[in-house]
Amino acid sequence: MTFTTFIQHCLTGISLGGAYALIAIGYTMVYGILLLINFAHADIFMMAGYFMIFAMSSLPWFISIPVVIIVTIALGLAVEGAAYRPLRMAPRMSIMISAIGMSYLLQNLAIYLFSALPRAYPTIEPLKQNFKIGEVSASLVTFLTPVLTIVLVVLLMQLIKRTKIGMAMRAVSRDYDTSKLMGIKINRVIRFTFIIGSALAAIGSILYFTDRMSVTPFSGLMPGLKCFVAAVLGGIGSIPGAVIGGFFIGISETFLIAFGYSTFSDAFTFLLLIVILVIRPTGLLGETITEKV
Amino acid sequence: MNKQEANRKIVLQTEDLTMQFGGVVAVDHLTASVYEGEIVALIGPNGAGKTTAFNVITGVYTPTNGRVRLFGDVIAENKPRGKMKELYKGEDADAYSNRIVLKPHQITKLRVARTFQNIRLFKALSVFENVLIAHHTNLKAGVLRAAFHLNGHEEKMMAERSMELLRIVGLDHLADEISNNLPYGMQRRLEIARALATEPKLLLLDEPAAGMNPQETLDLMDFIGEIKDQFKLTIFMIEHHMNLVMGISDRIYVIDFGKQIAVGTPAEIQNNEAVINAYLGVAE
Amino acid sequence: MKKDFSKATRLILSLMAMVGIFFLLFWLEGQKSQYGMLISVMQKGVILSIAAVSMNLLTGFTGLFSLGQAGFMAIGAYVTGILTIPVDRVDSVYYVNGMSEGLKSFKETLAVLPSPVLVALALIAGGLVAAIFAGLVGIPVLRLKSDYLAIATLGFAEIIRAVIASPQLDKITNGSYGIKAIPGFDLGNGRGMLLIPFGVAFLCIGLIVLLIKSSYGRAFKAIREDDIAAEAMGIGLFKHKQLSFIISSFFTAISGGLLAMFMRSIESRAFQIILTYDILLIVVIGGIGSITGSVVGAFLVTFAKEWWLRFFDTPLTINGVQIPLLRQGFRMVVFSVLLMAIVLFYRKGLLGNTEFSWYGFLTWPSRFFKRKKPVSATPGEGGAGDE
Repeated sequence: MTFTTFIQHCLTGISLGGAYALIAIGYTMVYGILLLINFAHADIFMMAGYFMIFAMSSLPWFISIPVVIIVTIALGLAVEGAAYRPLRMAPRMSIMISAIGMSYLLQNLAIYLFSALPRAYPTIEPLKQNFKIGEVSASLVTFLTPVLTIVLVVLLMQLIKRTKIGMAMRAVSRDYDTSKLMGIKINRVIRFTFIIGSALAAIGSILYFTDRMSVTPFSGLMPGLKCFVAAVLGGIGSIPGAVIGGFFIGISETFLIAFGYSTFSDAFTFLLLIVILVIRPTGLLGETITEKV
Repeated sequence: MNKQEANRKIVLQTEDLTMQFGGVVAVDHLTASVYEGEIVALIGPNGAGKTTAFNVITGVYTPTNGRVRLFGDVIAENKPRGKMKELYKGEDADAYSNRIVLKPHQITKLRVARTFQNIRLFKALSVFENVLIAHHTNLKAGVLRAAFHLNGHEEKMMAERSMELLRIVGLDHLADEISNNLPYGMQRRLEIARALATEPKLLLLDEPAAGMNPQETLDLMDFIGEIKDQFKLTIFMIEHHMNLVMGISDRIYVIDFGKQIAVGTPAEIQNNEAVINAYLGVAE
Repeated sequence: MKKDFSKATRLILSLMAMVGIFFLLFWLEGQKSQYGMLISVMQKGVILSIAAVSMNLLTGFTGLFSLGQAGFMAIGAYVTGILTIPVDRVDSVYYVNGMSEGLKSFKETLAVLPSPVLVALALIAGGLVAAIFAGLVGIPVLRLKSDYLAIATLGFAEIIRAVIASPQLDKITNGSYGIKAIPGFDLGNGRGMLLIPFGVAFLCIGLIVLLIKSSYGRAFKAIREDDIAAEAMGIGLFKHKQLSFIISSFFTAISGGLLAMFMRSIESRAFQIILTYDILLIVVIGGIGSITGSVVGAFLVTFAKEWWLRFFDTPLTINGVQIPLLRQGFRMVVFSVLLMAIVLFYRKGLLGNTEFSWYGFLTWPSRFFKRKKPVSATPGEGGAGDE
């Protein structure tokens, strides 16, 4: 591997990792608050891909992007309202099954509405512009993704640190029951979490699919699981953790494929997950919590 | 400690038992002994670390420092390690060098059984099943033999003994009831029956009278005495009902903020200055 | 005491039912040209019922939410497939890379066995490989709590699939080309297409029921109810979880082996997460914690999905009016909506955690009309609605 190809792979990896990071934030925030693996998050991300296809068929890209973000947020809120809110008091296993059911439903809905065949993802011209630095060439999206990810994460961190709703979110993720007693409107906090998560998933999907060029109803499945692993790797509930995890998985996946182990790229992610869960279940930046007997 | 006790066998002994969570010392150098056939109470204000002490003795937590012996054998021993080395607030960080950690089920097999402060029955299962399950720990048949139901005699014995235990605690007429549907007091009795089914020599009761009215508490007092004699038990219990504690205990340990502040017979404890201060000093 | 018939009555009723079912299956097998669809759906239903019951052993009875079913089914399917392909077909199936010499000569040695024995051995071998694998996998993952366990087992299933499809195993699993020419259910006289899968399922489910009714089964339930209390009662958590996981994986793999025989040709893509979700769906619809529910659910789901709801997928025109919505994929949408409805509004599934009993079955019609709604305890898996 020459230095140029090495740099080329690094860029690809970082770009992929940025998209993963944005999706992973959605997982980590929901888990932090509801203690739920939002299996449907992956399919919200996939649906965002289809929304873009339809938006771009009649609208220019700079209008399509906000439209897609808004529609995706609406979908995220709908999933929350339909599948999770009725089960707030239910045993954890029921909520998890509901999440899996929702994911199943969205996938089947996508097959029904858009067929199982891959659909071409529209090209957003400015994102596809090619840049050449020395021997290394890459499109704008490759450079833009990590930068955008970092900017969004910094903004999000500020939001959580400084605003009232951010404080409420931190309180709820620390102690659900007590914050309820303290008068925090839990449902509002949860809705807000889903809004942020879905918006980031929509942005992530634009960045991700622009590089991959097609969407299928199953496009969300693997990236979704990988992003959850990224969230666990970084420490579930921690936003910077999710970002680090996302980049790590994106880069390692790219290199595995570059070295010719593409069959194992998915398996590697899960192997990583199991290793973390066994060695350090709280992830890189997570905190330990002891169960009270 | 009088001479009589010195000759008796020690069932449970804790030496400098310390449990520290981060910077919080929940149990602080508890050194206590429970002799065979005794009823010993562990009392103290709320948050004194009583239940934590029980959890360490039964293997739910690994102690930060100190040692626990059961019939002379060490069942738990540890010294501050890793991060705890810096956080540890005691002076004797290297007194206990071994690391011995038994899992709760291994300690149960050594004939220690317990009940829980916040009743932990197998809620969806019947009263009878709750007791029957506790016999599993002494099961001789392997999984294949049991799965093919070739241990019929053993199963029959377990069922009979379970019914017998239910009769003793007065719940035999409710054997098929779902345990969660029982009234509170009966759930506490069922928990004791379940603990007895593991055939313990030492029984740890965590607030057995919590939530009971005075009459029920009196009944419980007799009941504890009865099962102690019938099953040749040694009993170590946490309790807040002073009538019960004073009426039944041979000796009492008092702890406050994790530290032992007094030990003695009920009469001695009642007049102990430190104890009175601990209880009255706690402004609610 | 619960109301029920005497033991003898129950035994007689069960024997009668079994004989009845046997003859029904036997008769159906003879009419395969007429009832082809029914037979094939019944085969698939009964195969999935083993997987569903195995999953229920873990989820419903031990309280372990594992999503590794597809992986263990893949192991069973591949082991069974590889061992049962006729030796003279091996070269045509492994036409790209050939089969490894050792494996081929091993198969030649096995070829002396009569085919039903070979099939039985192959199924058991698949189960054992899966069980060993489960034993190893269990060491790290069974220490994890609920959703972490789910995602870790799901990950393991994916790893298994990747390994099976990997080029490094080309000479054993035929890599991404899959395995073809797996013999179907045949007792040698054109019979057995129903009797074999039903017979195997009867054995497997019977064994699981016996296990659940044993002391170990009670220990599993104790762990499900309250693991801390179970441990305090002397039940070793790890040992019992491991046991449940291994046994469940064993039977899941047998179900996978039967599935391979049913499909005749398999490839690793058939064992994706979706397969696990399908089995989970059966367990949820039938009722988490009910063996009867899982069996009924398996047939119901398979019949509905593969047969009754087929018309949803074909455009329909009545009197020149195109009925809206009906086209490819609508069936699965309806299906997932039904699933969500059950999850949200009828969380106990069809049977909650109750089991089939002759008394309940035979008196059901009369109770149905006069029963008052009982006050339900906490719903969900903690539910205590034993009738």
